[in-house]
Amino acid sequence: MRCTWLSDIGMSPATPARVFTSWGRVQHVAHTALGLPSRHGALPLPGGGASVLPFGNGRSYGDSNLNPGGALLLAGQLDRFIDFDPQTGLLRCEAGVLLSTILRLVVPQGWFLPVTPGTQFVTVGGAIANDVHGKNHHAAGSFGNHVTQLELLRSDGTRRVCSPTQHPDWFAATVGGLGLTGLITWAEIQLRRVVNPYMDTETIRFDSPEAFFELSQASERDHEYTVAWIDCAFTGQRLGRGLFSRANHAPVAMDLSLLPRSLPSGVAEPSRRVPFTPPISLINTLSLKAFNTLYFHKQRTPVVRAVQHYRPFFYPLDALLEWNRIYGPRGFHQYQCVIPPDDALVVTRRLLHTIAHSGQGSFLAVLKQFGAPASLGMLSFPQPGTTLALDFPNVGPRLHRLFDELDRIVLAAGGRLYPAKDGRMGAALFQAGYPRWREFANYVDPRFSSGLWRRVTETS
Amino acid sequence: MRKILIVGATSGMAEACARLWAQRGDHLFLAARNPSQLQSVCDDLRARGAGRVGLQVFDANDLSAHAALLAQATHTLGGLDTVLIAHGTLSDQERAQQDVAYALQEIQTNGTSVVSLMSLAGEQFAQQGQGAIAVISSVAGDRGRQSNYVYGSAKALVSAFASGMRQRLSKQGVHVITIKPGFVSTPMTAHLKQGALWAQPEQVAKDITRAIDQGQRVVYTPGFWRWIMLIIRHIPEFVFVKLKL
Repeated sequence: MRCTWLSDIGMSPATPARVFTSWGRVQHVAHTALGLPSRHGALPLPGGGASVLPFGNGRSYGDSNLNPGGALLLAGQLDRFIDFDPQTGLLRCEAGVLLSTILRLVVPQGWFLPVTPGTQFVTVGGAIANDVHGKNHHAAGSFGNHVTQLELLRSDGTRRVCSPTQHPDWFAATVGGLGLTGLITWAEIQLRRVVNPYMDTETIRFDSPEAFFELSQASERDHEYTVAWIDCAFTGQRLGRGLFSRANHAPVAMDLSLLPRSLPSGVAEPSRRVPFTPPISLINTLSLKAFNTLYFHKQRTPVVRAVQHYRPFFYPLDALLEWNRIYGPRGFHQYQCVIPPDDALVVTRRLLHTIAHSGQGSFLAVLKQFGAPASLGMLSFPQPGTTLALDFPNVGPRLHRLFDELDRIVLAAGGRLYPAKDGRMGAALFQAGYPRWREFANYVDPRFSSGLWRRVTETS
Repeated sequence: MRKILIVGATSGMAEACARLWAQRGDHLFLAARNPSQLQSVCDDLRARGAGRVGLQVFDANDLSAHAALLAQATHTLGGLDTVLIAHGTLSDQERAQQDVAYALQEIQTNGTSVVSLMSLAGEQFAQQGQGAIAVISSVAGDRGRQSNYVYGSAKALVSAFASGMRQRLSKQGVHVITIKPGFVSTPMTAHLKQGALWAQPEQVAKDITRAIDQGQRVVYTPGFWRWIMLIIRHIPEFVFVKLKL
């Protein structure tokens, strides 16, 4: 006699494979999962010569953090602080520590992350491996620019402490190296000073891509953070309208009339979550047009100034845990490209027009001007120019036809796509966008691989 | 502010508890077998705001070292009012069936060594007229099952011992808290398939620290395990022998 529900509750011998998915929820893949109880221990490797890949908190969108047919190292388990000096703001911690955990520790002591992406739920190792950027790219560059050193553990058991001056080639390969050069066990980051957890923000309505470029240029000198939301739901007159946001950390002395009257939502630690995956995507053409129109008109005056807590300012989506479920069981793709500055305006217009014309896309359309600070990684995504990021419900072939069209525009403009967001770009586009990929390949650990890496290094 | 000795401080559950205590500035004394891991946990807790943090490399199977550990913790922290006993191993049931010496070793690690530590801490706390002893038992101790009864019987020993000690010492101001976790996702269990019943150590740690603060007696964590084990305990033996659990 066999009682299945009781054996299901784990009281029978366990199967070794666990199913993992990335943030886009398009692929669900069984992997051997390998725990990492200590940063001092040997690197666990699967039997039979199979490859491994570090998996942090699963916030990459496509398959750069998946390794079909291989194993994943549960890098999130390396989550210990090593040292924090509140005098200098130098923080050393294991690579699995989440940015949210760092902020909880350091903001009350007057420090902030030097660069932060749009979610605080990424690991330090993930932030380095994708050389993530934020709204202050034009002022501060990307995450890797603030990493003072890191330790890299290779499958042959060797450990290297790398920095811009010590093993600089290994450092350049590992920053933005998509976890392929070995396991980052710990890292040291130089934080930046703040005097309180608030942001002095301004939101400005704009009507066209031209206006976005003008606003960006005008804001860069006096604002540490700039970004824009742009409407891709409509063609014609409303194409490319949006909201431009610029901000600085609030100074000690603030105009109190600007303070919010009550604690706005999003200040509290996030606790609301999407409780289940709806049977179909809640994002479609109808809901999108309605949402975007409301969002664009949510402020009555063209310019709104406000003091905001850092959490709703940097991480509006984090307030709703597992928001990625709203795209339904088929998941979604994000398309993020960067276009070099020369034809940025024309090419951006073309991209927006192509997207709007296709009737696909979503409310999460973000436009940002990257600045001059050079990223250190061989495969770092940021480069001077304009970056556009947009989510798309996964509707199958129709979407991939649109992506192919966008790829052609990006390729012709000399741009490239962001691997952290990608689950489908072809080898040609990757290799054109990242000319140092062959040099980088020399630093890839022979036992490390990923779904994305195998795809973009295929030779036709 | 508490002064807490944590035995098995590098275990996933103990470390998660220690972080909660560190955040509120409690004093901690950590004991565990692996020196480098112990040092990492110690550094982490200091950064997270713990008051005083002491540590000692410690093998629970060296019973002669138990009294010295308690004395050292008491000395370092300037007193002691809480002990969390969290060390243990995930016994290999099949090996234990073939190898009696291994089975007895597992029973010592997960059972009798805990009895030794609880006895010593119990006497010290009874003398000072206050203290809390929290011990990590397991739902596996509620009924022996063919899939892990060596581990389960060691935990049953701990649960029964804690129950008697609680009854005796409650009159002297000493709280004994029996923690019965279900499946917890830790580095020790990373390789296992983890379904809906698996809990994160942070969640379990919240239950444990609350149980200690409120002086609860027997705590299942997550709480639904109370009902699952109620059913499992009440399956008649003639049915139970036919189940594959």
